[in-house]
Amino acid sequence: MAVHQSLEFERSLVELEAKLLELKHSHTKGKVDLKTDIKKLEKKLQDLKKKIYSGLDPWEITQIARHPNRPYTLDYVQLICEDFIELHGDRKYGDDPAIVGGLASIGGRSIMLIGHQKGRATKEKIFRNFGMPNPEGYRKALRLMYMAERLKKPIVTFIDTPGAFPGIGAEERGQSEAIAENLTVMSRLKVPIISIIIGEGGSGGALAIGVADKIMMMEYSIYSVISPEGCAAILWKDGTKAEIAAKELKIGAKELLKLGIIEKVIKEPLGAAHCSLEKAARSVKEAILVSLDELMPISIEMILEARYKKYREIGIFYNPSI
Amino acid sequence: MLKKETGHTEKVEKARKVPEGLWVKCNNCGEIIYRKEMERNLYVCLKCNHHHRINAYNRISITLDEGTFREYDAEIEPVDPLGFKDIKGYKEKINESQKVLSVKDAVVCGEGLINGKKVMICAFEFAFMGGSMGSVVGEKITRLFERALKGRRPVMIFSCSGGARMQEGIFSLMQMAKTSAVIAKFKDSERPFISVLTDPTTGGVSASFAMLGDVIIAEPRALIGFAGPRVIEQTIRQNLPDNFQKSEYLLEHGMIDLIVERKNMREILSRLLDLFKPDHIKRDIEPATYRHRTTDASQKK
Repeated sequence: MAVHQSLEFERSLVELEAKLLELKHSHTKGKVDLKTDIKKLEKKLQDLKKKIYSGLDPWEITQIARHPNRPYTLDYVQLICEDFIELHGDRKYGDDPAIVGGLASIGGRSIMLIGHQKGRATKEKIFRNFGMPNPEGYRKALRLMYMAERLKKPIVTFIDTPGAFPGIGAEERGQSEAIAENLTVMSRLKVPIISIIIGEGGSGGALAIGVADKIMMMEYSIYSVISPEGCAAILWKDGTKAEIAAKELKIGAKELLKLGIIEKVIKEPLGAAHCSLEKAARSVKEAILVSLDELMPISIEMILEARYKKYREIGIFYNPSI
Repeated sequence: MLKKETGHTEKVEKARKVPEGLWVKCNNCGEIIYRKEMERNLYVCLKCNHHHRINAYNRISITLDEGTFREYDAEIEPVDPLGFKDIKGYKEKINESQKVLSVKDAVVCGEGLINGKKVMICAFEFAFMGGSMGSVVGEKITRLFERALKGRRPVMIFSCSGGARMQEGIFSLMQMAKTSAVIAKFKDSERPFISVLTDPTTGGVSASFAMLGDVIIAEPRALIGFAGPRVIEQTIRQNLPDNFQKSEYLLEHGMIDLIVERKNMREILSRLLDLFKPDHIKRDIEPATYRHRTTDASQKK
């Protein structure tokens, strides 16, 4: 098992889990029958998990969305796809490891799958640039999306990024233009697009592969115009106020569903996706297949009209003349 | 059909944020300059050529033929969709900005003529919460493109914005998608979208409609980029190159078409409109009937 990295609010759980392990250990080894004690403790652990996970605040959800053990795009690919061939490069400058994409087969259907990719060990984290794409990542995604359009494959994107990379090279090579181009092209791409926010939906860097007919969020993922830390630094002039900013920004899946920005929340297993990758993957796979079943029979003209209308209508303001 | 000149001038007067006084100081070189002189020079420093920020109505008045501006959707107002509160409430911030400025949100949109050629025009009001884009900005820009599409008119947007408006959270982010979507539609028409970037154009504005112009023009030495220079510096812990994210730097890297000084902007825009004009369309108004004001509207009473 991977090193268990625990979050603040998980600490009591971790302690209980350790105790349980100890009990189980002495049960198998020892002469005393601890079965009832183990059962009791297991029940207690379950109850505590339920209690903690039903009352998480937005900042705690943010921590889970960024949890180091949380499944990333390629973890899901491995668990939900029968086949996947990764395709590389933007044909203009380079290949950005912070975005992966390729042809995949899921439930017998072939799709174009594109997603942000974070790394787990330090070396891989750096290789993946912490999931923060450069312009060539967005341009690779765009190339793959055009390919999907021509070959009539639906597109599924997995969103999980702190944001587009703020670096010198990124600016030089047109980070803004790369994101803007994706937004405008995706709004009219002639194949169905499904987006799932699996972890962090960080601002324009997330949106750049997230203009979709159906947007779904994992239960403990976030999607925001700015990171809570960034927002706190600007508006409160104090980065430590991120906890409050997270609450004010309304970044959780349930809130965004209520605001009409996303279409569905994908339930996560008890203790969040990192506690049971298989269970989480099963839910994701089912959500994708159901969405494909919904979208594929509809004519592309209708899909495009609905997609345009959806984005056209987003925004809340007061118009006295209406 | 045209908006009354007096009403427009009044607005310009009200929208002026510079404190009254005979003299102004250049933000860049510190030179003390006679206010009237500065106004006549379109708020460009006479000594160092620094292009100062100007408010939305001034921008429109130095761009369009005198008295031809007709504003659209001026009445649309922001609301507080999230009940957002930092040190102050969002509502309170809106009210404060609306009180000092004569705009309801950060853009002014409408139509007018440039040397007799009709255009759809939008100018940002930076003084309104940093020119940030929330629901109102997104909606007004979307409507402008829809009108342009219907009336087969060119569009020009003078951006001046720090990016998305945090106080409207995800709604602001989605305005990037919304405006980019309407531009995709607009590009079915044979009319151009000319995007003019002024200091500063960053974040969600630069990463959506502002970088989608058929022609992208910048004023000299404007800050243009996705991430702010401070964020970049903190992330990479390196000093940034000289000129980084300035218009000249973007031109060098192939990100914009032209750098145009403010005093030449109107002429360049006019020539572009001529060159883009489909052959079968004549002037919207014959040259004899228009007259351009070279000095700023606020000088007039």
